[in-house]
Amino acid sequence: MDNPAQIIIENVSHHYRPAVGREVLALESVSLQVREREFLALVGPSGCGKSTLLYLIGGFLPIDTGKIMVDGKPAAGPGPDRGIVFQNFALFPWKTVRKNVLYGLERQALPRAEREARAQAFIDLVGLTGFEESYPSHLSGGMKQRAAIARTLAFDPRMLLMDEPFGALDAQTRSLMQSELLAIWEKTRKTVIFVTHDVHEAVYLAERVAVMTARPGRIKAIIDTSFDKDDPEVHRSKIFVDKVDEVWTLVRDEAVKALEKQRP
Amino acid sequence: MTVAFSTGRGKPPGPASGRPDGKLPALRRLISNRSNFLLRYSPLLILALAWEAASRLQLASSLALPPLTDVARAWIELIQSGDLVGNGLSSLYRAGAGLALAILVGGALGVFMAVSRPANAMLGPLVELFYPMPKSALIPVTVLWLGFGDGSKILLIFLGCMLPVTIGAYNGARGSDQHLLWSARSMGARGLRVMWDVVVPSALPELLNGVRTALALAFILLVSSELVVARQGFGYLIGYLGANGSYEAMFAVVLTVAFIGFLADRVYQAVVERALRWRE
Ligand SMILES: Nc1ncnc2c1ncn2[C@@H]1O[C@H](COP(=O)(O)OP(=O)(O)OP(=O)(O)O)[C@@H](O)[C@H]1O
Ligand SMILES: [Mg+2]
Repeated sequence: MDNPAQIIIENVSHHYRPAVGREVLALESVSLQVREREFLALVGPSGCGKSTLLYLIGGFLPIDTGKIMVDGKPAAGPGPDRGIVFQNFALFPWKTVRKNVLYGLERQALPRAEREARAQAFIDLVGLTGFEESYPSHLSGGMKQRAAIARTLAFDPRMLLMDEPFGALDAQTRSLMQSELLAIWEKTRKTVIFVTHDVHEAVYLAERVAVMTARPGRIKAIIDTSFDKDDPEVHRSKIFVDKVDEVWTLVRDEAVKALEKQRP
Repeated sequence: MTVAFSTGRGKPPGPASGRPDGKLPALRRLISNRSNFLLRYSPLLILALAWEAASRLQLASSLALPPLTDVARAWIELIQSGDLVGNGLSSLYRAGAGLALAILVGGALGVFMAVSRPANAMLGPLVELFYPMPKSALIPVTVLWLGFGDGSKILLIFLGCMLPVTIGAYNGARGSDQHLLWSARSMGARGLRVMWDVVVPSALPELLNGVRTALALAFILLVSSELVVARQGFGYLIGYLGANGSYEAMFAVVLTVAFIGFLADRVYQAVVERALRWRE
């Protein structure tokens, strides 16, 4: 629990400057520290900058104000230490599921047989056995999402940046995938930043939940949710329900503000 | 008579179409599958018959339009003498080499322009300037540079066919999805690897479209340049036979070129369909 901070975000702001249209301030002085092997959930109203924050940590967007340190080094440019599951999956449409999952593994010095075995193991894990040779265009939204999760887990990054990774899944699949993710996290102890709209999911999976404000996004509050969750009935326990309530109230206030802001 | 012009694909007009009759569509599908090919190309057959009839009945002078059967006979003679094959191979070599160069250089150029701002600034105006230029105007220029042989034809086809490929590759590559680029980089791909794994496949559909245009252009440029200045090739043969009054043989070569062009396009489309089967 008292691991040193692995990802340090200090006073980061981000402007989008589209070629047409007006400039958008997506994030404003965000400060946040994520410890090594921590599971942190990020919640906030739509459009508050959650994806943007992940892109900055991932090194995809330039950091113009503030700084982000990952493992003591500035997060300049992406790398396979930070695996990301994109909100829109970003599978390579011209590659089959198997080739997609193999892609990250092929950049590593692993024997071919081992790469294939690992890819297959993760395809099986997300329940896509039998769809190895399908192209993404032939998969449903939920299947694409699972393929994207398998692809990122397969190359075993030390940090996982997950942008609503279970958003397209039905309730059952979602709950199965949550358990799988927790099992992987407990076994390999990755650092996870997990964006979700589902407050239950956030409280259940994460050790801490960071709530963001409406755009421009700031960190509004951080709730400790690291109580004992081994009990299968934990969803009904008082502490669980109270935590969900606490996070929910914070998020709802911001969602209302976000809507009010959009009104002309 | 009307059925002959139906392609076998569209529904026939009239109240019968779209009728919720279980049997009729199935029957129609069966007929159209079986005879799709025949039906589709039946206009060609009619044209051939009309041609034969017109010249046999002296509706057109047999000099201007020799009977198709005579043309067929001349074709066989051209094959037997080896003239058609020899000239044909030399033409196909020129078209193939020019086109291959155009695809390689044009594709690379388009992708390069899409990923590099300076390259775009430098080359963009040039591409815009040369794209609408009638490439046949370059025939005398390429002859001046490289003489009467293969070189000038290959250069002409290369120059003429490059820009459609460049523009296709450029548009396709520019449309590469940002998240796919990020995805590849986050899995450890860098530089040329990202280009090859993401930018090129993203560009492929439009690039291949450009190549189809280039393919048609290649035949046009090939024959016109060989007609003007050459000692070999389809175009040369057409010009030579025409000048010597062997009109049957001349028509035979013209039809051969038309058929090869058609065949090349069909084969190309089949290849593209296979290469892009990940879409839909
Ligand atoms: N490429 C872009 N160009 C311009 N503005 C952008 C761009 N991407 C995002 N934005 C703006 O930045 C803000 C934050 O976007 P972001 O995608 O980070 O939100 P989010 O919290 O992930 O939302 P959601 O929950 O809907 O996914 C949005 O209000 C959006 O208008
Ligand atoms: Mg988002």
